[in-house]
Amino acid sequence: MSDVLDFSIADLADKVQTGALTARAVTEAALSRIDATRELNALLHVAREAALAAADAVDAKRARGEGLGKLAGVPVAIKDALCTHDAPTTCASKILTRVDESNSGGTDPERGFRPPYDATVVARLRAADAILIGKANMDEFAMGSSGENSAFGPARNPWDRSRTAGGSSSGSAVAVAAGLALGSLGSDTGGSIRQPAALCGVVGVKPTYGRVSRYGLVAFASSLDQVGPFARDVRSAARLLEVISGRDPLDSTSADVPVGQYEAACTRDVRGLRIGIPQEYFGEGLDPAIADNVRAAIGELEKAGCSVKPVSLPHTKYGIATYYIVATAEASSNLARFDGVRFGLRIETPRSDLTSLYGKTRNVGFGAEVKRRILLGTYVLSAGYYDAYYKKAQRVRTLIKRDFDQAFEAVDAIAVPTSPTPAFRLGEKVDNPLAMYLADVFTLPASLAGIAALSVPCAPTPATTTQPALPVGLQLLGPAFAEERLFSLAAEVERRMGGVPRPPSA
Amino acid sequence: MAITRDNVLHVARLARLELSELEVDRMQRDLNGILDYVNQLSELDTTNVPATTQVAVVAAPFRPDQPAPSLPHDLALSQAPRSSADGFAVPAFVDE
Repeated sequence: MSDVLDFSIADLADKVQTGALTARAVTEAALSRIDATRELNALLHVAREAALAAADAVDAKRARGEGLGKLAGVPVAIKDALCTHDAPTTCASKILTRVDESNSGGTDPERGFRPPYDATVVARLRAADAILIGKANMDEFAMGSSGENSAFGPARNPWDRSRTAGGSSSGSAVAVAAGLALGSLGSDTGGSIRQPAALCGVVGVKPTYGRVSRYGLVAFASSLDQVGPFARDVRSAARLLEVISGRDPLDSTSADVPVGQYEAACTRDVRGLRIGIPQEYFGEGLDPAIADNVRAAIGELEKAGCSVKPVSLPHTKYGIATYYIVATAEASSNLARFDGVRFGLRIETPRSDLTSLYGKTRNVGFGAEVKRRILLGTYVLSAGYYDAYYKKAQRVRTLIKRDFDQAFEAVDAIAVPTSPTPAFRLGEKVDNPLAMYLADVFTLPASLAGIAALSVPCAPTPATTTQPALPVGLQLLGPAFAEERLFSLAAEVERRMGGVPRPPSA
Repeated sequence: MAITRDNVLHVARLARLELSELEVDRMQRDLNGILDYVNQLSELDTTNVPATTQVAVVAAPFRPDQPAPSLPHDLALSQAPRSSADGFAVPAFVDE
């Protein structure tokens, strides 16, 4: 990896601000790194010209003697579910790409939907002088845990290219792990930032529901979706979150709560913090190597002066069932807007009536998992099943949330594994949707409760004869808006583990 | 309550998805597998438990009622697969 792309975000922005490095040189390094790693399939669109132009604008601003933003010259990748006014936005779906000559549905993300505006988080990155280098691959409409539901092929894990990067923010995690960008944005509905961060060995933050504006994020499940950052180190992730957080008049669900000092929190003493360990997250189905390494990381927090005590989250096992009812119900409603009329794909013959235009466009445009979830969501909301499924799931969601409320009366944060297994092989779970859903068992409850969560790398699994060393994530959970505390703890773990090794191929 | 083939077709109609025959079979199998799993929620007594529909949102805030420019007409139409001078073009859907 070239040295420039090895810097933390704070160090790189500092060098661009002082003129020790130009944004142009950094951007060129990132673009050549992107060219050299195309087989990872991390990006659906490379914003080559726009990125160079943005870099020149940052350098010109400095030459004029103007101060530069907190992300001056920092190359950043954006999940393709976030609107960008100057780059296609496809959600890795055919339905947001224009029809090709064969009339069989879009196959080229370059023919993707061109949003008329930027998502608020994208505008905030630009205002901080970040360089947007591309749109990151993902599971179609953020539905998946492996990146394999992308209409444009899966992103590959840089630690072992025969394995998945996790999902749904697969490309955002790979872009950061492989050094194509110093930071990236993803979205997390049930674990879609934390799980790929864990599987690719980077830091991923799911902020409290309402912490970050979702204006311009293509909606999946509106009571759960949240935008958050990826970075290779905790402090870099903290700086990104500081830039994108805060109330946005364009998103009425964005919270009017002051933005924390996340970066400053990374050097704060964690002595005296009480860490809860729920036994429900350390039982059957957890890979023993992950259990060992997560416990070792918790041991480091103890050495740093934290107290560790057991807590109980008894409804954990119901998280998957609850999530797959609530999220699919909301998705079936949100995805009704993709109708072939106002944007994207349209499948139409001269004889088509409106109903067949809708039905054919949506059947060709959506992939199998998206259709499965739309059908499930429509079913659980339909007459006769609403009470048995949707209403029931909303009540169980209350029980899951209460588990956390009670636990946080006794502890300041909860430490658990992010994923029950390390990165699995491409193809391993594609024919079994339920097996894929189980991959999210440890991330779904925090999403349902709307609390703050992040994943920070701990020691990788030992290499064996059948698999190389693979990253492991420690997941830290905190009460709503306790992001500062999570950054303090994550930074302590990072310092004591001596940072995280780079993937062998990067 | 197992999902029948007719259930799948009904729900697909509601969701405006024209599934192929093969897909109907596959979806029936998959949905039954998933519903078997989610039925575990019925073992919980939730009689006096209120539903959670939103977390962390106290109330929808008010904003000042000030006029502001909206998306220009041509920009709004620019991404449509088919449009006419005055809007999005769709097949006729009202019986004459």
